[in-house]
Amino acid sequence: MCLAMPAKVIEIKDNVAIVDFGGVRREARIDFVKDVKVGDYVIVHTGFAIEKLDEKAALESLKAWEEVMKAMEE
Amino acid sequence: MELSIFQDKELAQKILQGIKREAERIGREVKLMHVCGTHEDTVTRSGIRSLLPENVKVMSGPGCPVCITPAEDIATMMEIMRMAKEEGEEIILTTFGDMYKIPTAMGSFADLRSEGFDVRIVYSIYDSYKIALKEKDKLVVHFSPGFETTTAPAAGILKEAIDRGIENFKIYSVHRLTPPAVEALIKQGTVFDGLIDPGHVSTIIGVKGWEYITTEYGVPQVVAGFEPVDFLMGVFMLLRMIRKGEVKIENQYTRVVKYEGNVEAQKTIKALFDVVDAKWRALGVIPKSGLELKKEYKDYEIRTFYKVKPPELPDLEKGCICGAILRGLALPTQCPLFGKKCTPRNPVGPCMVSYEGTCQIFYKYGALF
Ligand code: SF4
Ligand code: SF4
Repeated sequence: MCLAMPAKVIEIKDNVAIVDFGGVRREARIDFVKDVKVGDYVIVHTGFAIEKLDEKAALESLKAWEEVMKAMEE
Repeated sequence: MELSIFQDKELAQKILQGIKREAERIGREVKLMHVCGTHEDTVTRSGIRSLLPENVKVMSGPGCPVCITPAEDIATMMEIMRMAKEEGEEIILTTFGDMYKIPTAMGSFADLRSEGFDVRIVYSIYDSYKIALKEKDKLVVHFSPGFETTTAPAAGILKEAIDRGIENFKIYSVHRLTPPAVEALIKQGTVFDGLIDPGHVSTIIGVKGWEYITTEYGVPQVVAGFEPVDFLMGVFMLLRMIRKGEVKIENQYTRVVKYEGNVEAQKTIKALFDVVDAKWRALGVIPKSGLELKKEYKDYEIRTFYKVKPPELPDLEKGCICGAILRGLALPTQCPLFGKKCTPRNPVGPCMVSYEGTCQIFYKYGALF
C-alpha cells in the first residue's frame, strides 16, 4: 500500500489530475500540491500527489554528492 | 527528467567505495536502522546488505502500518460487519490489498468475504469514496491503516466528504504516527547508531518532524529516498557523521522532501484528527502514536455507530518473532518458521503478509544472509 512513485502530470481538472507513470495513466488527487502544473512531476501515493518533484534540487544533490566523492578520493 | 541517474550502477559503486572508507575509519560495528517497508524493499531487492562492509549492519524497524495494525481492530471491524447485517444494514467494506489478508486468531477480511460479505480491495481511499458516491443507498466503510503518507490522502478525502455532507462514507481509523514509534523503540532499549528516515513519511512531516529524535536522543539521522543510490547515499551520510562524531539530521531526498514538509497536508490532518495513545501489534501501546477523528467529525467513524467490544486476541501465533523484527532486534532468517511453516501463501504472522512486511520481502527476493 505504501509505494509512492514519481509520475508526470498530463492533465488537470479541479483537484484531480491525470498522471503518467511511464506509460500507465491514472487519476491522482492534487489537493495537497496546489501550485502543480501540466508537465510537472509529482510523487503519487495511494491516489494522491503528496509533493512535487524538484528537478533543480535533484540535479543539485547529484552535484553535491559528486563533490563529496571527489573530496574523498584525495 | 533525468532521474535514472539515481539507479546508476557506477554512481552506486562510487558511493560504496565511500562507505567502505568511512566504515574502516570508524573501525567498530555500526548499526543503522530504517523504519520503512519501501526502504526494506530497496535494501533487499538490490542486495545492499551483502554489499556493505561487515561492520555496517542495517536493521529494519516497524516499517509497515499493515503489520502493526492490532488484530483486535481487524476482528472488531469483522464484528461490526456481522452486527450490521443482523440489523439489516448493508455495509461495503473497503481496504488495501495487504490489509485484506492479514491473519488474526479470528480470521482475516478475506475470510469474511468468503462468508458472503461485501469486502472490496481498493488502491486508494479515493476509490472507496467514489464507491460511496455511486452506491448511495449503502454504507461504505474504509478500514484505514497507514502512517503519515497514507493519512494525508485519508484526511483529504474525509475533508471533502465532510464539506459535501456525504453521509454514507465512513472510516475505521487505525492510522499511526511514525516518530513516536521510533522514540518508543529507543526508550525500550533498541540501540542503533543512526536512523534512515522514510522519505515518504518525511514528505508529509518534513525534516522538521524528525528533528527531536536527534536533539533529544542524540541519534544522527538522514532522510533518504528509495532508489538504491538514495539509500546508499543515506548510509554514507550517516557513516560520515558518525565518523566525525556529529549529531545532526541531514536530508538526502531534497528533490522531494522539504524542511517543513507538506504544510497543506499537515494542516488537513490536524484539522480532522486528534493524537491519542495507540496500540501497535506486537509492540504494545505507544504514547501519542495514533490518530482518532475529532469529536465534531465522529459521524465519519464507524465505531461511533456500532459499539463492539474488541475481543481479546493474541498478537502473534506461537513461534512468530515479528515483535523482535519490528523492534529492529532480529531479521526474518532468525525465525525458525521462516520459509518453512511460514510463507506468503501460508503466512503465520503479519510481517509475512504485507507487501512491505520484512518477512515477505526477505522471502520474495530469496535473501538468505
Ligand atoms: S507509508 Fe511510505 S514511508 Fe511509510 S512505511 Fe510505507 S513506504 Fe515507507
Ligand atoms: S517468518 Fe512468519 S512466523 Fe516468522 S516472524 Fe516472520 S511472519 Fe512471523
